[in-house]
Amino acid sequence: MINLEVPVKAKPLINQAYQAASQVFRPISRKYDRAEHAYPKELDTFAALVDGLNESGEGGAGASGVRRDENGGDGGGNVNGANLRTVLGTIEMCWGDVALLLSMPRQGLGNAAIASVANDEQLERFKGTWSAMAITEPEFGSDSAAVSTTAELDGDEYVLNGEKIFVTAGERADSVVVWATLDKSVGRAAIKSFVVEKSRPGITVERLEHKLGIKASDTAVIRLDNCRVPKENLLGSPEIDTKKGFAGVMETFDNTRPLVAAMAVGLARAALEETARILSEAGISVDYDKPANTQHAAAATYLQLEADYEAAHMLTLAAAWMADNRKPNSVEASMSKAKAGRSVVDITLKCVELCGALGYSEDSLLEKWSRDSKILDIFEGTQQIQQLIIARRLLGKSSSELK
Amino acid sequence: MGFGLAALTKISSSQVIDKMGLRKPFEKAVTTSVKHGFRAAGTASRGFTPGKKLDKPARLAPAKDTGLFDLEPTDEQQMIVETVRDFAAEQLRPAAYDADAKLETPDGLLSRAAELGIGAFGIPEELGGFGTERSVTTNVLVAEALAHGDMGLAVAVLAPSAVSTALAQWGDADQQATYLPEFAGENVPAAALALSEQTALFDPFKLATTAKRTPNGYQLDGVKALVPRASAAELFLVSANLEGRGPALFIVESSTSGVSTEADPAMGLRGAATGKLHLNKVNVGAGALLGSDKPEMFAEVVRLSRLGWCALAAGTGKAVLDYVVPYVNERVAFGEPISHRQGVAFMVSDIAIELESVRLLTLKAAARAEQGKPYAREVALARKLATDKGMWIGNAGVQLLGGHGFTKEHPVERWYRDLRAVGVMEGAVLA
Repeated sequence: MINLEVPVKAKPLINQAYQAASQVFRPISRKYDRAEHAYPKELDTFAALVDGLNESGEGGAGASGVRRDENGGDGGGNVNGANLRTVLGTIEMCWGDVALLLSMPRQGLGNAAIASVANDEQLERFKGTWSAMAITEPEFGSDSAAVSTTAELDGDEYVLNGEKIFVTAGERADSVVVWATLDKSVGRAAIKSFVVEKSRPGITVERLEHKLGIKASDTAVIRLDNCRVPKENLLGSPEIDTKKGFAGVMETFDNTRPLVAAMAVGLARAALEETARILSEAGISVDYDKPANTQHAAAATYLQLEADYEAAHMLTLAAAWMADNRKPNSVEASMSKAKAGRSVVDITLKCVELCGALGYSEDSLLEKWSRDSKILDIFEGTQQIQQLIIARRLLGKSSSELK
Repeated sequence: MGFGLAALTKISSSQVIDKMGLRKPFEKAVTTSVKHGFRAAGTASRGFTPGKKLDKPARLAPAKDTGLFDLEPTDEQQMIVETVRDFAAEQLRPAAYDADAKLETPDGLLSRAAELGIGAFGIPEELGGFGTERSVTTNVLVAEALAHGDMGLAVAVLAPSAVSTALAQWGDADQQATYLPEFAGENVPAAALALSEQTALFDPFKLATTAKRTPNGYQLDGVKALVPRASAAELFLVSANLEGRGPALFIVESSTSGVSTEADPAMGLRGAATGKLHLNKVNVGAGALLGSDKPEMFAEVVRLSRLGWCALAAGTGKAVLDYVVPYVNERVAFGEPISHRQGVAFMVSDIAIELESVRLLTLKAAARAEQGKPYAREVALARKLATDKGMWIGNAGVQLLGGHGFTKEHPVERWYRDLRAVGVMEGAVLA
């Protein structure tokens, strides 16, 4: 029975996340935008609360929600489960502040990777860790098969060497999921991910980036210099299976792309709501029945922005719903990420334009949001990478044909 | 909808379709085409006479709300869509080129559509249809599937059900008894919901067409534009500004004195044989006013009509996507398929992304509407996206075929013309 409403049973979760976003994130949003690299200590108590929620199974703001529940969707019925809850919670939290959500203790992208691909033993062992994700290197970004950080098996340990950049929460996290190759000559099949605890010798934070936006979130350069981890810290299978290739590590992305889309949806909604408020003070409101072209140009623009927002929102819920119902969602996950990423940039920038000097001034959060939004069209796969993924699938092309 | 399901199960078995002649190759239309500029009196309507009147008007119940997010159509909807999709592929797509060139809906197409039961879902069982609950989502899925065949012919097929759906939803017991049994029968009358007027920045809530009160009813004056199959229609639902009240809908039979039609060929939708409807001192009875006790009705008609156009955009947009994928894979330039170029491939991705966007917004609005929830916002957003992105998809479809796309060797130029209608049209179809 087709119905695209937010599930009724998710309303309490959404309300909790909204309260947190409006009462914890929003009041400190500008403060940490100005104080780049300062640790948002207000999040510590709040994170403990979120841990409690996740323990009780009522979570939705956490990275752990991306694990595909083995029991989900087997009853043949329609499942509204952890994936949907997680994107719904993420939307609300990012309505509050994207950078602060990215700074939430124990909710890193590394946690999402662990949740997606760790075995039960690892899941138990890494419980409670705050894990960042380290993929990008100075010489590559989107081309993740070009990993040059190496992992060499030495007895019962892997020895890691290399440099990683753009590691979100890399300084604050207590572990990092590092992508490294077991054998560069084999290509992507040899790329594995390793949980590296920051307490181990040989892993160091080199420096933090100064950025356009999401300044409350630290972005680190991390160096691995003969850093040893137990071989049990390798996530997934240690076999180099050239047939299955990249599938293991890429699975994470099918689950995390809708999450980034959800961040964009939340941020876009924040900007639209604030703009609607400012426009109404200026005497402009949107009429949904009147043709757009017979309304004030600002109202017509707003309608167009809101339509893109709604599309991003629905594509995101759809991708998460498919994951909940164990339907392959690689294309839909990329669609949601591509649409939400480009829409949130359009929307936030246009909102600044509509609100003029007020929108551009630090007196309002609109200018901050249009700096924060840009990263959402870049990380977890740029707009163009999503287009490649979708096109290859639709056109039946390999990565060597459609480069 | 148990009755409808049973009927469809029978219909969808190939034997029955074969028996109905639905799989026969399409025969060329032979009706004379209407010349532009020639105005004719409204076609002679059948004598619409009241049948058995119910104590109170029959209404379809709101659909239920499961409280869960769900993208899966019901089994029944799935079956209906598959049947309609086959019908569109076998009857609409092959006929589209000629219909576009000749500005006419081919003979027999509408009776075959009626045999399939398209339109009967919106008519309550008590009045001969097989509707038991509101089915805005089903209507959207049907319009989408038809428009995958051809948008113009889809409009021609759906035009009568726009009128019957409105009568089922808002007609009083007399109006229902007079008209609905005919729409549920085998010989469905050509009929049209006429809202548009030929005015720049047209607003369907601000009408130039007027309705004055007379001792016996109302007198209508004005001109309606882009009315599907106007010259063949026996019955119109016409919007007019009722003095002292605002926009209202009137039931007008084509043989009423003062009704005339004129061909109004346009950029696209040519298979729907669009026409102008002239109303010159047309006197109708007091019973001609639809939904006189329902002030929300007019806005609902406008919204559901726009939703119908969103569904049509989704169907034609899918036709574009399905057409360009094999084309860009087969077309070779500089020694390899053009689909190996990002400039081409990314356009295909964006068609898919925006198409899915239009589709999801349309379905969201439809589900809200049939559950009796507010849906004005959702329709407005769906329409905005369908207008902008639908047109962009039509544009991309031609661009991807290059010069070939500009010729009538390929249907993409027709889809380009048809998709421009989405932001222009008001009325004609109803989800």
